[in-house]
Amino acid sequence: MPNFGVLFFPGSNCDHDCYHAIRKILGQPCDLIWHEETSLAGIDCVVIPGGFSYGDYLRAGAISQFSPVVGPLRELAGLGVPVIGICNGFQILVESGLLPGAFIHNSSLKFVCRWTNVRIEDTDTPFTYLLRKGEMLKLPVANAQGNFVLPPGRNDVEEQRIVLRYCGKDGELSAEANPSGAEDNIAGIANSQGNVLGMMPHPERSFENLLGSEDGKRMFESAISWIKAKDTAGETV
Amino acid sequence: MNNKKSLQFALDHGLTESEYEKIIETLGREPNSTEIGVLGAMWSEHCSYKSSKVHLRKFPTNGKQVIQGPGENAGVVDIGDGDCVVFKMESHNHPSFIEPYQGAATGVGGILRDIFTMGARPVALLNSLRFGNPHLQKTKFLVEGVVSGIAGYGNCMGIPTVGGEIYFDDCYNGNPLVNAFALGVTKKDNVFRGYASGEGNPVIYVGSKTGRDGIQGAIMASDTFTEETEEKRPAVQVGDPFTEKLLLEACLELFKTDCVVGIQDMGAAGLTSSSTEMADRAGTGLEIEIERVPRREENMTPYEVLLSESQERMLVVLEKGKENTARDIFRKWNLDFSVIGKVTDSGKLTVVEEGTTVADLPVSLITSGAPIYKRPIKKPAYLKKTKKLNSENLPEPDDLQRVFLELLSSPTISSKKWVYEQYDHMVRTDSVLGPGADCAVIRLKGTQKGIAMTSDVNSRYCYLNPREGSKIAVAESVRNLACCGAFPLAITDCLNFGNPENPEIMWQFSESVEGMSEAAKTFNTPVVSGNVSLYNETEGVAIFPTPTVAMVGLVKDTDKIVTPWFKDPGDLVILLGGAIEENIGGSEYLKAEHGLIDGEPPPIDLDKEKRLAEMLIACASQSIIKSAHDISEGGFAVALAECCFNPDGTRGVLVKAPGINENSLRSDLFLFSETQSRVLASINEDSWEKVKEMSNNYGVPVLRAGIVTDDDRFCVEDSIDMKISVVHDAWSMGFERSLSVTEG
Repeated sequence: MPNFGVLFFPGSNCDHDCYHAIRKILGQPCDLIWHEETSLAGIDCVVIPGGFSYGDYLRAGAISQFSPVVGPLRELAGLGVPVIGICNGFQILVESGLLPGAFIHNSSLKFVCRWTNVRIEDTDTPFTYLLRKGEMLKLPVANAQGNFVLPPGRNDVEEQRIVLRYCGKDGELSAEANPSGAEDNIAGIANSQGNVLGMMPHPERSFENLLGSEDGKRMFESAISWIKAKDTAGETV
Repeated sequence: MNNKKSLQFALDHGLTESEYEKIIETLGREPNSTEIGVLGAMWSEHCSYKSSKVHLRKFPTNGKQVIQGPGENAGVVDIGDGDCVVFKMESHNHPSFIEPYQGAATGVGGILRDIFTMGARPVALLNSLRFGNPHLQKTKFLVEGVVSGIAGYGNCMGIPTVGGEIYFDDCYNGNPLVNAFALGVTKKDNVFRGYASGEGNPVIYVGSKTGRDGIQGAIMASDTFTEETEEKRPAVQVGDPFTEKLLLEACLELFKTDCVVGIQDMGAAGLTSSSTEMADRAGTGLEIEIERVPRREENMTPYEVLLSESQERMLVVLEKGKENTARDIFRKWNLDFSVIGKVTDSGKLTVVEEGTTVADLPVSLITSGAPIYKRPIKKPAYLKKTKKLNSENLPEPDDLQRVFLELLSSPTISSKKWVYEQYDHMVRTDSVLGPGADCAVIRLKGTQKGIAMTSDVNSRYCYLNPREGSKIAVAESVRNLACCGAFPLAITDCLNFGNPENPEIMWQFSESVEGMSEAAKTFNTPVVSGNVSLYNETEGVAIFPTPTVAMVGLVKDTDKIVTPWFKDPGDLVILLGGAIEENIGGSEYLKAEHGLIDGEPPPIDLDKEKRLAEMLIACASQSIIKSAHDISEGGFAVALAECCFNPDGTRGVLVKAPGINENSLRSDLFLFSETQSRVLASINEDSWEKVKEMSNNYGVPVLRAGIVTDDDRFCVEDSIDMKISVVHDAWSMGFERSLSVTEG
């Protein structure tokens, strides 16, 4: 079984939610890893959870990029190990340069916590491997700085792999469906290899119908299948 | 200081001349200025409850379920299987008026510390807010500031704000109310208390450094407002939720060791109150070396350090010799840790600065020595005028649909989505029933159990009849919990009133406590914690009496929770509790349409309410009813509309049933009367016989009211026939629209 590692920083607050989802609901091995760790040996999938690392002081995610654990994180990311950054985790990945773009305050200038629909735009990542292009997931957002902006100059747009977009009930892209004002309704992007995914919605909050949706579970099931498939194929990671 | 000067200094600290004389008599000497500061803060209304104490003793505080009643940082209630819930509500009214963002934020921070100081991880927040006229620029400013302050603190802490209430009334124009509730969960054998026991044990300061913020905050909170109040901004504390998050994790880690003897947060009156209250409970003394207190500003005097209300600080008494274990934990979390003194057997609070004693006071004088007043009470004169209400003299509106939409879109009744979407209400992945329902429910992971919570009070009812209004606040809390199937357990409260030195205000207070007590006894929901906020008065105008009740209940099986919303077309809509009666006194309708706050609040029959609750809980556990929602502000019509607003998509409804208006009320009175102990439920047609049987068993009348449809139609008798989409729009957008209109 793949080993999951959930990183946590001072101020992370979705670490236990991710742990619960992976360990208790999916029954996978999972470690909570303090940001001062200098090794991520044996981890098959890294999860950077949401929260307010360092109080979002300066800019969301800006201070965490200097944590010791980010060194081995970069290594694993370069080796093609699946990495998912959720909400503040996405912001940390962007601040660390592992994903392109930047975040600004939501267009409403307010924190927004609500259910959204996201459309799968790219299935060539570990986390969307089992999903179909165009299908929709019901996932909640909860952020104040979720307004994602692509890097200026669209030349490298090919390189920017948009994985998730906010959409309406029928899959249409609209301003209403976009909770933060993010460019192109972007809810999640991957790096060029596809192994590093950043997303603002919280898949770990939609693991149980009791809480409103279990769509998020499918992204983690997908990652597990992807890792297993890779192992079976005997590829070196 | 000479006598005259020190008396003036005492008066400036809110002490009266006779209180000051009592201090001299007890001490056998004049207190110095530091000591006056300590006594002024601790004898303030906010800290000493000197005007309210004689009344608060009437509250029922015991019960099988109670593990810890009032007197600690928070109440603790048994929820079975070795689990317990720790909860409390507290006001932050005065600071929020002066500086709404920080006032509300630190209110949340303070109540959270009260919970985790007891050893419990906080898992849910509620807040009860009261603002003035929504069209005033000032109100808009306060709403924006308070809501973002609550969001800023709670969201960063990662604790979901799962519910609450917001009312608007002119009586809060000069005194908004911010009452914050927090609830935590722990094991029964893991409850920590604020005891400074064990002579020689070290006293530890942990958390943020001490600054000059919030000095005399407790004294400010014990005064009325005048035009100069805004100058008191330095008395408002500044919050740092990031540090509090670290403090929370560090404290919870510390509790897992065997180091802790006692712990208390530094809230109002900061180091002074935490140290003396802990010594008082244990019957010990404390010696504090004030220069060891970590500071972020230079040249602070002992007076300032003792009275600072800087946030995110805790006082801990450790087992002697375990300092290093504890220090390592706080170092890991990058928090200050300093041994600032020790427990003594002197019975005194002795404060030493560089070897010189700067304060030396008997703990008993500071705490239990505080005066207790039995203030005079007098039935208010205004009640002679407000009692008279004759509905026959009220003109009947020519367009009831217009009135209906106006009520639905009023900021008190309309959807609070604009507010609760700013709160992270889903973090921790336990929010089974979030904001927008009759109560909120969070599940306990690894069990089928859920914890339900709600907060309620209608202050217009309390203004018109504080005793009955307060009973209704308790009864409505019970009803809200029972609607979702939760069994009510206990209460925490926030009693917000005007100036206690006014006998009419004190009468309101006394009546209100009597009413709450009677109801709490009937429902076996003891008061386990709470807070009193007096002097909510500006330029001599007091708020309506606002005894906010927050009630906690237990859901045995979260799979059986009943939500307020209609589900399937064809389901039968039923009215539990009997036909609507004419209860227009104090109603939203009377205020909105006729501009009156008159009459008597709706009568409440507590025994009937209890039977209704028992029936609802039984129906939920047997999955007989598919939805349940109580009738409250706005009456039958508004409650019915709210049942249609299923978040998954609106439902239609057709109400044609003469039975529910068997009293033949005039249409407006039928639609908008706020009759108590009434619940709108929906059931599968096949369950009707079963419901009739339950109705007989519990002695709760049940009537057929109508049918759920899949049409875009909201139809009530011959009075209302509208598109549900129009009705929904009025309700869902009402709040934002109300706040966007400005009149001055």
